[in-house]
This record gives sequence, structure tokens and C-alpha cells, in this order.
Amino acid sequence: MTFDFSLIFSSIPKLLSGLGLTLELLILSSFIGLVLAVFTLLMRISGRWFLMAPAVAYIYIFRGTPILVQIFVIYYGLPQFEFIRTGVLWPILREPFWCCVIALSLNAGAYVSEILRGGVLGVDKGVLEAASALGISKSQRFIYITSPIAIRLSLPAYCNDTISMTKATALASTVTLLEMTGVARTIVAQTFSPYEIFISVAIIYMVMAWMLQKGFGLLEIRMSRYLKATAG
Amino acid sequence: MSKQEPDMNTNKSEQEPIVILEHVCKNFGGFKALTDVNLTVHEGKKIVVCGPSGSGKSTMIRCINRLEEHDSGRIVVAGKELTHELKDIDAVRCEVGMVFQSFNLFPHLKVLDNLTLALKLVRKMPKLEARETAMRYLERVHIPDQVDKYPSQLSGGQQQRVAIARALCMNPKIMLFDEPTSALDPEMISEVLDVMVGLAQDGMTMICVTHEMGFARSIADYIVFMDQGEIVEINPPMEFFENPKSERTKLFLKQILTH
Ligand SMILES: Nc1ncnc2c1ncn2[C@@H]1O[C@H](COP(=O)(O)OP(=O)(O)O)[C@@H](O)[C@H]1O
Ligand SMILES: [Mg+2]
Repeated sequence: MTFDFSLIFSSIPKLLSGLGLTLELLILSSFIGLVLAVFTLLMRISGRWFLMAPAVAYIYIFRGTPILVQIFVIYYGLPQFEFIRTGVLWPILREPFWCCVIALSLNAGAYVSEILRGGVLGVDKGVLEAASALGISKSQRFIYITSPIAIRLSLPAYCNDTISMTKATALASTVTLLEMTGVARTIVAQTFSPYEIFISVAIIYMVMAWMLQKGFGLLEIRMSRYLKATAG
Repeated sequence: MSKQEPDMNTNKSEQEPIVILEHVCKNFGGFKALTDVNLTVHEGKKIVVCGPSGSGKSTMIRCINRLEEHDSGRIVVAGKELTHELKDIDAVRCEVGMVFQSFNLFPHLKVLDNLTLALKLVRKMPKLEARETAMRYLERVHIPDQVDKYPSQLSGGQQQRVAIARALCMNPKIMLFDEPTSALDPEMISEVLDVMVGLAQDGMTMICVTHEMGFARSIADYIVFMDQGEIVEINPPMEFFENPKSERTKLFLKQILTH
């Protein structure tokens, strides 16, 4: 077998045409996921069982099942119900794009809420006590003390999760979406050279992961200024 | 100075004491951390609390600003009884400043913002006025030049002085200190004690948990000795050091003064 480098160069522009959809999936799901994560976190740490129980169940379900299965359940499973097909959400639920966004967002929400909870638990109790002693209220403590410290603590794990999400968007190709991996599969079907094409795709994902890592790294340095024990 | 104390005492005793603990008990699970603690502190008095580790000193002063909830008995601070009433707890916390062993500065905020955060959030003070207040107290603890640093960039002694300034900014009537020098390197202890002595001389009401016996001797009106969750004795420093009443106090003094 021969390895055709020119095929890599010629296929990369075509593959990049799927990058837009990949990024759309990633950005939308990350954003919705983050919002879900914050609500789930607040429920999880509320100390009220009727808020904590659903949050825990949600996290348990979405962390415990493969994203691919979740996409299939939403895309193939839900339409089996009459009330879904006649419901107001049908225009969204019949679109593979939105099914993927829903599955990826729900996943991100579950994971990121646990990441943020780790950050919240990492905040020094003594610091919060000092704030209480100054008369700063519980909600103000959460906003002005807990959140900024917890976000900084969560950043490395959040970066990891975002990179995982980037790769998970490839699963959208299983429900007919022509994001990057989907595009690759159609090219392979035409050229019969899976090796070169999938290597090219892999390279693009790697570059994205590298950029995310760099971006988060810079953010982390910026947010860690207060930890550096340097004079001046 | 010690000659004047009884006079001042009788003068002040006509006023309502600023801190009253009556029959205060506190359990952690089945463990009795405080048993029938009674303590009255009048305005302007300096109380030093000492006793072996685990004797309930921290628990007692943390009950005074409700960082711990007492199980029974009565605690009245600046005329407000501490109950489950959140409004009264907030009111009391506004009157009581606290300094911790581990400084507990807000690590993500510069020194200035450490001092102004509560002024802005709790006192609703405008930014400029908050800044001026903060600078005034930083000068009082002798570190106005550190205003733009993060806590991690300061030495332990500097951090503790920032913590004192942060508490003073709120203009409290009472200051609580929980072993403020125990986490410090020896060469930094005096810079913090100097600030505390200055505060005492300015007439602040203070309750200090500390084992700095020199400090206790020079500024305390009374020394409270605790053991196993009880107040064993309360005496002026002279009496406490020269003529301790209980065996437990004698034993403790022997241990601490031989160090
Ligand atoms: N949050 C807590 N939970 C359980 N036990 C505690 C807690 N805080 C303090 N204690 C216990 O109460 C006792 C008194 O503690 P503390 O007031 O911190 O003593 P001190 O300050 O005199 O060293 C200790 O035996 C300690 O283990
Ligand atoms: Mg203690």
C-alpha cells in the first residue's frame, strides 16, 4: 500500500468545509452546557433535597451512559412517541443537528457541573468564614468569593472537558450530519482512501485541541496572577 | 495602670456589658466543646483567653459572632441577643471584627479590595470613600505601601496586619482574635502584637485567644483560663500569674512558661 501525501493536502480544504458545523456544535453545546452546569451546580449545593435529588439523578444518568447512545435515544428513540411527533418541540427534535446539540449540551452540563463543584469545594472554608464575619451575606459570598476562586480552580478540568467535547462532536456524523468527520466519510466513500483522509481529519482535531489547550493555558496564567508569590 | 482598673470597672459596670455569655453550652455530636460558659465583657476591656489546645477557646469566641451556633444558654452582643434571627446575626457581625490564626484574606483580591469589599457590599460605601477608609487603616497597621499587592505576595506578618485592617475598616465595637500570631514565624510576631497593643491603647474592646503571655500581662484586664470546655478561672493578669487558684491553671502555666 502507498501513502498519498497529495491526497492529504487536497482533502484538507474539503474537510475544513465541515469545520463550520463542528464549531457550531461545539460552541452551542458548550454554551448551553455551561448554563445547565451552573443551574445543576446551584441545585446540587442548595442543601435542599428536592433540588439536590434531580440534579444528582441527571448527573448520574448522563455521566453513566455513552454520548452515542444518548444521541441515538434522542434522534431515533423519541420520535417513537406520538406526543413527541405532535408536540411543539418536534421541529427541533426531528433535526439531527438539534438532537446532537441537545445530547452534547446535556452531557457537558453534567460533567461541567461536577467540575465546578470540585472548584467550589476547593475554596478555603476559612476565607468564607472571614467573609461571614465581615457581615457579607451568603449570596454575596458566592458571587464575590466562591465563584472567582472556584472558576480558577476548575479551569484545567474545564479545558480537558472542552477538548473532549470537541472530539465528541464527531459522533454527529452517525446521524447524517456533515460536520468534519461526516465530510471525511463521504470523501472516503468517493476515493476509497480511508487512511489519508482520516489522518487528515485527525490532524485537524489535534490542531483544534492544541489551540484550546493554549487558549486555556493563557487564561489560566492570567487568572493565576494572584497565586504568584513575586514581589512587585 | 492596674490601680485605675477597679475604678474604671465600677464606672463601666453601670452600663450594659457589650458581650454577655450566660450558661452557654455547645456540643459537636456527642462531644461537649463548651459547658456552662459565663463571661461578661464591658466596653473597652481587654480579655485574653488561654488554655490547652482543644479546650474550647476558638469555639467560645466563634459563638460570639455566630460562626458557631450555641446549643443552649444566652449570648448578647452589643445589646442584640444571638438567636436564629438572621437580621440580628448580621447586626452583630457588623459590630464584631474577627482576626483568624490563618489570616483568611481573600486570595484573589488585592490588599485594597480585601479591605473595601465588605465596605462596599455591607456598608454600601461609595468606592472613593471606601478607598480612603482602607488607606487610613492600612496606615494604622503600617503597610500603606502594600495596597496593590495580592496576599500571596506578602509575608505572614503583613498578611495578618492586612487582616486586622480589614476587620477595623468596618469600625467594629469589639475585636476578636483567635491565636493571631500562632501561624507566624517568630520574627514577625512582634509586628502584629505591636498593632494589637496600639489598638488596646486606643480603647478597643478586645477578646484575644493567645499564648503570648507577655502581651497578656501588659494589656489584659482579665485573663480567662479554659480547660475541657469550661472556664476554670477569670483573673487580672497579676493575680493569674502570681496566684493561680486552680491546679489546672498552675499546671498550664508551668507548661507554657517553661517554653
Ligand atoms: N466543627 C467541629 N466539629 C467537631 N468537633 C469540633 C469542631 N470544632 C471544634 N471541635 C472540637 O471541639 C473542641 C474544642 O475546639 P476548639 O474550640 O477549636 O479548641 P481550642 O481553640 O481551645 O484549641 C476540640 O476537641 C475540637 O476537636
Ligand atoms: Mg483554637
